[in-house]
Formats: sequence, C-alpha cells, structure tokens
Amino acid sequence: MSHQATLDTLLTRFPEAGIERQEGLDFTIVLPSSLIVDACRTLRDDLGFDFLSNLTAVDRPDAFEVVYHLYSLSNPAPPLALKVRLADKADPRLASVTSVWEGANLQEREVYDLFGIVFEGHPKLERILLWEGFPGHPLRKDFINRIYSFEEMRATLPPETER
Amino acid sequence: MAFISEPRSLDTETVTINLGPHHPSTHGIFRLLATLDGETVVDVQPKMGYLHRGIEKIMEQRTYIQSIPLVDRLDYVCPLTNEHAFCHAVEKLAGLQVPERAEYIRVIMAELTRIMSHMLAVGFLWNELGATFTPMIYAYRQREFIFDIFEMATGARMFTNYMRPGGVAVDLPEGWMDLAVKVTDNLERFFDEFETLTAENEIFLARTIDIGVLPADLAINCSLSGPVLRASGVPYDVRVAEPYSVYDRFQWEVPTRPHGDTYDRYLQYLAEMRQSLSIVRQAMAALPDGPVMDEKARRLRPPKGEAYARIESPKGDLGFFIVSEGGAEPYRCRVRSTAQINLTALRQMVIGHTLQDLVVIFGSLNCTVADIDR
Amino acid sequence: MGFLDALPLTVMDWLRGLLGQGLPAWGVELVVGLIKVVLILVVAILPVIVLTWLERKVLARGQDRFGPNLAGPYGLVVAFADAIKILTKEDIIPQAADRQVFRFAPALVLIPTLLVFTVVPMGRGMIAADLNVGILFAVAIGSLAVIAIIAATWSSGNKYSLLSMFRSVAQLVSYELPMAFSVLTVVLVSGGLSTVRIVEAQVIPFALVMPIAAVTYFLASLAEANRSPFDLLLGESEIVAGHNLEYSGMRFAMFYIGEYAHIFVIGALTTTLFLGGYQGPILPGYMWFLIKTMAVVYVVLWIRCTWPRMRIDQLLDFSWKLLVPLNLANLMLVALVFKLAGTGLLGSLLSLVVNVGLLVAVGTFLVRRARSSTSRRTRALVLGEV
Repeated sequence: MSHQATLDTLLTRFPEAGIERQEGLDFTIVLPSSLIVDACRTLRDDLGFDFLSNLTAVDRPDAFEVVYHLYSLSNPAPPLALKVRLADKADPRLASVTSVWEGANLQEREVYDLFGIVFEGHPKLERILLWEGFPGHPLRKDFINRIYSFEEMRATLPPETER
Repeated sequence: MAFISEPRSLDTETVTINLGPHHPSTHGIFRLLATLDGETVVDVQPKMGYLHRGIEKIMEQRTYIQSIPLVDRLDYVCPLTNEHAFCHAVEKLAGLQVPERAEYIRVIMAELTRIMSHMLAVGFLWNELGATFTPMIYAYRQREFIFDIFEMATGARMFTNYMRPGGVAVDLPEGWMDLAVKVTDNLERFFDEFETLTAENEIFLARTIDIGVLPADLAINCSLSGPVLRASGVPYDVRVAEPYSVYDRFQWEVPTRPHGDTYDRYLQYLAEMRQSLSIVRQAMAALPDGPVMDEKARRLRPPKGEAYARIESPKGDLGFFIVSEGGAEPYRCRVRSTAQINLTALRQMVIGHTLQDLVVIFGSLNCTVADIDR
Repeated sequence: MGFLDALPLTVMDWLRGLLGQGLPAWGVELVVGLIKVVLILVVAILPVIVLTWLERKVLARGQDRFGPNLAGPYGLVVAFADAIKILTKEDIIPQAADRQVFRFAPALVLIPTLLVFTVVPMGRGMIAADLNVGILFAVAIGSLAVIAIIAATWSSGNKYSLLSMFRSVAQLVSYELPMAFSVLTVVLVSGGLSTVRIVEAQVIPFALVMPIAAVTYFLASLAEANRSPFDLLLGESEIVAGHNLEYSGMRFAMFYIGEYAHIFVIGALTTTLFLGGYQGPILPGYMWFLIKTMAVVYVVLWIRCTWPRMRIDQLLDFSWKLLVPLNLANLMLVALVFKLAGTGLLGSLLSLVVNVGLLVAVGTFLVRRARSSTSRRTRALVLGEV
C-alpha cells in the first residue's frame, strides 16, 4: 500500500480531524495531538505499520513537533513520518503511544527528559539520561549551552538514597 | 502435643542489587537495577545516562563535516557504520550523488565493521558466561587485523573519520587491496575455527539454549532490530528492505534463526559475519575506478527540510533524523540509537531467569553503552 | 629402594642421630616435628609461587599470547612482583563490614589447605603423619575451607558477597557427597583409610581401575576449590569475584594464596587416590609425585582457559542427578566385583569393564530419554541437535 493510500484511509477514518500532508523528503502526515493514539492504532492494526523506528521531537520557534517514523516489516517502503505539533510551549502534553508500540517506551522517556514534553499514559515517565532535578531540558533551543561547574551540578542531584 | 509447631511458610525477602555503574559485564558505565529472589530475577530496570555526552546538542553547533568525528564516538565499536548512516541521511537531505567507487568503498568498510562488531559480540558473550577471556582474545586478535586495514585507508584504527557526505575523504592507498585480500582470506579460517571451537560446547549449550527467549511479535512491538530481531525469526534487514548504497548489487542472503534465544542470537552473529565477508569479497572484486567524492559536497549547506534515513548497522537500524534550516549546521539531529531501543524488551526477556543469565542475555543484545547514552 | 629415592629419609635419620646426641628423645621428636611443619609449609607455599606464574603462562598459551615474559627469564619473577604489588596496597575495611570477622577470615582460608598436606605421602615414607584415618581426615578438613568463605562473605556486608555465600554453601553440600562416594570406592578396594596404604594398594593406578570414581573425584574437588567451570562463587562477570570482593592488599593475597594452594591440594590428593601416588619406575618417588601432581594441576588450569562457567541450578543438578546416583551404583558394583574376583589383576580388569559398562548403560539411558524429550536444551546437549 502506498503512503498516499494510507493517508486517504486515515482521512476517511477521521474526517473532521484536520489530517494533512506536509511536503518534504519523507512522506509526512501532520496529525492533531488529540488523535495520535487512535491514528497510531489504526496504522498498526489496519494498515500494517508494525514497526516504530524512531520517535523524537524538534523544538521549533512556535511549537514542539513530535515526529514518529514508521515502517511496515512486511511491506518494504520508505518511512512514513507522523508529525504532531504542540503549540503550547509552556506546557507541552501528548498522549503516549506505548500502548500501541512498546518500542516507544524509552524514546518517549528520552523526549520527556531532553525536551520536557509530558507523555500522558506512559507507564513510567522518568528522566532517562539525566537525573531527576537537572535544571532545564537540554535539547530545547532556550537551553543555554555553557560549561556548568561540578559544584553547581552536584547541588541538583537527588539525595543519595534515591539515586 | 505442642512440640511441633504449625508449619510456617518460609519467609523470603527479595534483594535489590545494582549491577553497575561499574560492573565487568556492562562494558561501560551502565546500571541494571535488579531485584532478586534468591538467584532468580524478578525485576530489572536499566538505568542509563552515565555516559551521556549530549552529542545531539553538540551537533547543532557543528557543521555537518565537523559532526563526523562525533558520530564516530556514538558507538565506538563500529564507527564506520555510524559515519555511513550519518552521511546517508545528510545525502538524502542535501540531494548529493555519491560516486560509484565511494559507494563500494563504503560497503567494504561497513561490512568489515559489521564483522568486527559481531566478533566482539560473540567474544564478550563468552566472557559473560565465565570463560576466562579465551574466545574474546581470539576475536580481538582477528579484529586487530581489520583495524590494520582501516588504519591503512583512514589513518586511524578506531575513530576513523573517513566518510563524508558525498563520498569518502580519501581514496584507498596503494597496496591496500593486497592487504585486504590477505585479511579477508584469514577471516574465513577464523570463522570456521571459532565456530567449531565454541558453538557446540556443552556448557555453552546448557547456558544459552532457551535463555532469554524473545518472541517475534514482542521483538517487533518493542522496535528491536538487527541480529536480535532476525534471531527471533523475522527476516528483516534494512539492506534488503530499503536498499541503500549499492547493496542491491550483491548476492547474499539474510540469515535468520527460529527460536529467539541467546543461543540463536549467538549463531545469528556467526552467520551474519559470513554473509558480510561474502559481500566484502564481491565488493572488492567489483570495485570500479573513478572519483570518490561528489564535488557539490565541498561546501555543504543542505536546503531547508527534514529527512530520516537509516542503515543496517551491526546492532540494527541506525537512523539519523536531520532537520535543516538551510544553514551549515543542522537545526536538529536525532540519532536513533539501536542499542538503547534494543533494551526495551530486556525486562520481559530476563524475568524468571537467574542472575547469571541476566548478564548473558544483556551481553547477547550486544549493546554499547556509549550508543545507549549518546 | 634406590639411593635417590631414600635420600630425604636418610637425611632425616642422620639429623635424628645428630640431635639424639644432645637431646632427650622427646626433644628429638619435637625438633623433627617442627622441621616437618616447616617443610609442609614450604611444600604448600612454594607451588603457589610457581602456580601464579604457571597459570598465567598456561592461560596465555591457550589464548595465543605470550603471558608474562619481561620479569626475569620467561617471566619467572612475576610472582615476586605480584607479591610486592599486593603488599604495598592499602588495606581497606568497608564501613558495613563486621570488622573482627572480616580481619580473621583470610587467616582461616589457608589453614585447612595446609592441614591436608600432613596426610599426603609425597614420597616413599615421606609423610608428616601417617594417620590410620588419613583420607577421612583429608576429606573432613578439606570441607572446612567453606567456613572461611562464609566468614569472609558474611562479614563483608556486600550483597554480591551474600549471593556468593549462598552459592558456595549449596555447592559444597552438593559436591561433598559424590566426593565422599568416590573416596569410599577407593577405600573399599584398598582396604584402609591410611593414605600410604591407599598408595601401596595401587599396583595399577585406580584411575584405570575405576575411572568413574576418578573423574568424579576430580570434578568434585574442582567444585570444592571453586575452580572453573564451577567457580560460581567468584563469578567475575556477575557477582564480581564474590567472596573476596571487599578485600584488598595482603588480606586479598591470602585468598589468592589459598586458591593456588588448593589447586595443588587437588593435584596431590588426586595423585594419591587415583594415580598411584609416588609409585613409578626409574625416577625417585617424590619426583613421580611431583610430576603426577603437576599434570593434574595443568589439567585444572587448562580447563580454566577452555570452559565457561556453569549455572548454579545446572551445577546442583549435575551433582544430585548424575554424579551421586552414578557413584552409588559404581560403589556397589565395584565392591561386588572385588568381593567376587579378588583385588588382583582379574578384579581390576573386571572393575574397569564394569565401569565402562555402567557408563554405556547411563549413556544409553540418557540418549533414550533425550529422544523422547521435547526440551530443546536436553536434545542439544545429549543428541547434538541444534
């Protein structure tokens, strides 16, 4: 099934949702954030996209974009990119897709850690690469990339019993 | 008579132990928080981040070519495939045409890297099983020969910094082919020797068969990839499913194993090394003449856009998602780290096995901590 | 008895005579006893120096490398370099440790190993104390080593060490039994518990008369000395050297010495029980003893560089489900054979036949059971289907 047909199926399945295609190198479908779990379940169960290769986010000036790259193991094709735009940069929230693909587990934790996007419904949303208490989210563009002193960082560490 | 009291159930407590951050079996700074009931693992949580260097953030401030040495350090066991994946993504983004000769050189290098990485996987698995270094040192010995030919072509053993968006940095030096032929001939013998030496050892069979079984549906759902996925019986290889470079020109097959346990993963690594060697030989025989670099790539400013491209690295899908705003640096560069995502199913695989199996299963996933943490 | 063979005894007799001129009889015995003690210490500790070097060399040769080759000729001085390094290390006692026990445990490690040497005949008439319950003494004392290990693991206050303790106790309990059975077989045939008597009874080495008992004894003593493939207690890759994890400096060195001395004990006892001890043609007795012991020691090292570690449940299964019943059957059959055919050549030959027959029977049984088994592991192990 071509990606265009996938898009058409999604459009008929969710008519009023505002699903659209974004021009680019990869076939990209922009979804509204409320639809992500339903759309992903449809993609997995009915359209054969059983492999979530990549899940990440991009910090744009006006919004966070969460990007999913999907493949179908039975149907070799270029990746299908899903994109969700989170306009509320102060409190970005999105439903977790771990119930659809378990493979999203660690990747969502990483996005939470490095971008501060909260994935609702994630079984265990904790920081993964940095420690609880680390100031800020490094991959956001407003994170100041400078040298942090050891003392300064040590002050943010959780108490020894909770590490 | 009250001499014999009521039989009570034996109260047992679980013990929580930290395997790591410094532990011989994690090959780096990585922590497995394991809860044990006696010797049986009842829960395990991977704790990562001790080796986080913020490579994705640093890449946002480096030009594409300056990023290549960083990419080398992602998974230091197979630097050349990391470079290959990165260059592949940049080329997709910038629309570069890689010259034929460079593609062949890349394939040779990438497949030799795969052999090298798998060698360490099988060698270290034996270490985890408690063999006193012997198989590991056999693998190391052979890996050094591959390092020799890398060094001759790229100037460095490990952090090669060799591939560029649009080709490779320099052409192969004179006499390289002779050495490469010698090394690859040696490899064949090594595979036979290593397989007869290890694959039918009784203790090895007892320790690995039916240990850490990974069902195919779980593997797919957890986005596992590479040899780990194929050892569960899923014949999925990016080199075939989404052919990049010149992989569609070679005759080879995707080996799979049906059971998905540690032993199958072990045999999978051995089988893939042989296939890789076959590809290397074919590529060396068909190596065309010509330039090794796309001239357009000299001043690299990819147009505005985003691209996701992946290759089959020794550990599995290695993808790069690059967002360009038209500048000399990427706006965002995401590394789809195979090693990290391959850990997703670790918990399901180890529960109910013993502590000794835990390290073996972890070893059979062949994770490099530098790649997990980036 | 040749001149060379009797040389140590001659020297001892001469010394006795010399001392007898100035000392009363009990004084002579006291001095001679002390000399024996010193000799045993030397015999137990000297191999440690050799073994540190030998183990590295054997491992290195197995692994295609040179091993120590810079410290002195062929790297022979490496043991001394090691000793200096270890002596200069800081002695660390962790906060969670039970300090008294922690300090005392390393001292305990060597004692059982050294005591075993008192009943090992190292040449014709060269035995410190020819106890009439010699081999019983050796087996009993040998299993004491675990006390030191329990003390060390418990007092370390470390969870890895705790796991190591569980393993070592389970291992010891399981492997004492097959070891005792195999020794019992030897005792039955030789008709005495004295080690000298056991050696003298071996006109044909018992390894050829009852190979099952010999191999069992060797494996069980590997398990008791915590050597590969039964080195679960150490488990570098999972419990990070278990019982001596928290030890450093000289205290660690005691474990180190204990381990190597124990390897030598394995060699010495296997030689005594199954390889004919000091008996052999041409060369003097003590040379034969040394050659045979070192051959066994070499096998121990060779196994270390070849095999991976077993898992704890497989280890226990191997003992309880295979070695114990096999040795029990072997004991009964061998006893029967020697009762019927006498302890001469005929009996020995028949015993060998019975041993081989038993192995074939067990093998057939295992193969038949594996054929009907659905377990992939069993089929792979027994039938070689992978």
